[in-house]
Amino acid sequence: MEVTSNVPVDDGQVWRGGNKPLNASYGKMMMWFFIVSDALTFTGFLVSYGFSRFKNINSWPIADEVFTHFPFLHGIDAPMYYVALMTFILIFSSVTMVLAVDAGHHMNKAKVTFYMLLTIIGGAIFVGSQAWEWKNFIKGEYGALETKGGQILQFVNAETGKRESIQDFAIGIASERETHAPNNGVWYQNEKSLPNVSVAEVKKGFLANPDLVIRTEQLNSEGRKTVLTRENSLYKIEDAVNVVEGANLIHNEYGNRLFADFFFFITGFHGFHVFSGVVINIIIFFNVILGTYEKRGHYEMVEKVGLYWHFVDLVWVFVFTFFYLV
Amino acid sequence: MEAGEHKLAIFRGLLKFKSNQQKIWGVLIFLSIVTTIEVVLGILKPQILMASFLRMKLLNWIFIIMTIIKAYYIAWDFMHIRDEKTGLKNSIVLPLIILIPYLAFILLLEADYIFDVMGQGFVSWNF
Repeated sequence: MEVTSNVPVDDGQVWRGGNKPLNASYGKMMMWFFIVSDALTFTGFLVSYGFSRFKNINSWPIADEVFTHFPFLHGIDAPMYYVALMTFILIFSSVTMVLAVDAGHHMNKAKVTFYMLLTIIGGAIFVGSQAWEWKNFIKGEYGALETKGGQILQFVNAETGKRESIQDFAIGIASERETHAPNNGVWYQNEKSLPNVSVAEVKKGFLANPDLVIRTEQLNSEGRKTVLTRENSLYKIEDAVNVVEGANLIHNEYGNRLFADFFFFITGFHGFHVFSGVVINIIIFFNVILGTYEKRGHYEMVEKVGLYWHFVDLVWVFVFTFFYLV
Repeated sequence: MEAGEHKLAIFRGLLKFKSNQQKIWGVLIFLSIVTTIEVVLGILKPQILMASFLRMKLLNWIFIIMTIIKAYYIAWDFMHIRDEKTGLKNSIVLPLIILIPYLAFILLLEADYIFDVMGQGFVSWNF
């Protein structure tokens, strides 16, 4: 066994903790233990996501329909390509990080600097991409109605099978609206921002356009969202109480609200990890430039931040699978 | 750790690299291939893989297995677990591979049960 050593050592060394059965420095081992505990935190999040999903297994939003954007390709349905790109960027920045660690073993300061810089750039691009992904998710695309029970009703053109935006078919109803101001109402209440169209306007537009039908949250046996007939749609639309555009922590036009909650929470927590990883990398980067580790005689600090950075990559691999693929 | 201490073989010795740098690029290529397969399968969604196995689609099982394979190579080669002592390796990996499947199992089973209760009960959730 590698764990126990049979080589005689003098007592003083043993009793003072001089043995190193794991052959790892204090800092590196603590980084590993932090990673283990952080991995369990992420496990808790991802498993509770799985819990909610299995609980609503027949009405969960389909990721391919939610994340369909790619930069500069407007109106083109491009599911998953963007997250795939993000995944490659993060894996690549993981590679530059491990190359920096390797260069550190060879005490090659110039190479460590260069690879650390590439890693920081990769991380920054990733965080930026995630922000863009969030922006699209929050903004929404087609809009939907919400029933009293929190079910989402989306609109589909019965002939083409394409989704229809509520903005496009809603017919405006002239109405007076007074803005609530703190000085003429309850002073501690603020007015929430209103959707651009009202439920009545969407209903009016729906009645006027005989091609439109409602698509519910429920998944059919083929794993697609159930589309109602025109008659059932006319019946169903009476249940609507809210207009939902985009997603936030309370409403979600793509389907189950929990989907949005977990998306914000898990990718947000991961994004925060990436952000702090970039900050720590920048600190280490400057230390490398200043020659701190050259003087110290080893680049173990680069290896330690490297462990954290790879861990962030590792978590993203799982987030990618459970949010976008499965 | 000296530079020469890295174990340079992956796939149980099937693929040997001359230097640590070469191994890093090799692992990158492998991870890229796996990710590309995942993305292609995710876009195509072949009809054969839509069959259900243990209450989940076959395709989803494939995705999860591929993810675990990727996680293995990131941890083993990028995080140098391959080069660590058995004791350190076990103290990191064992808690995770015991606790994570356990938590996943009890919560998903419970969720499945709640789904059945909600579907069979007399309360309508769709209104």
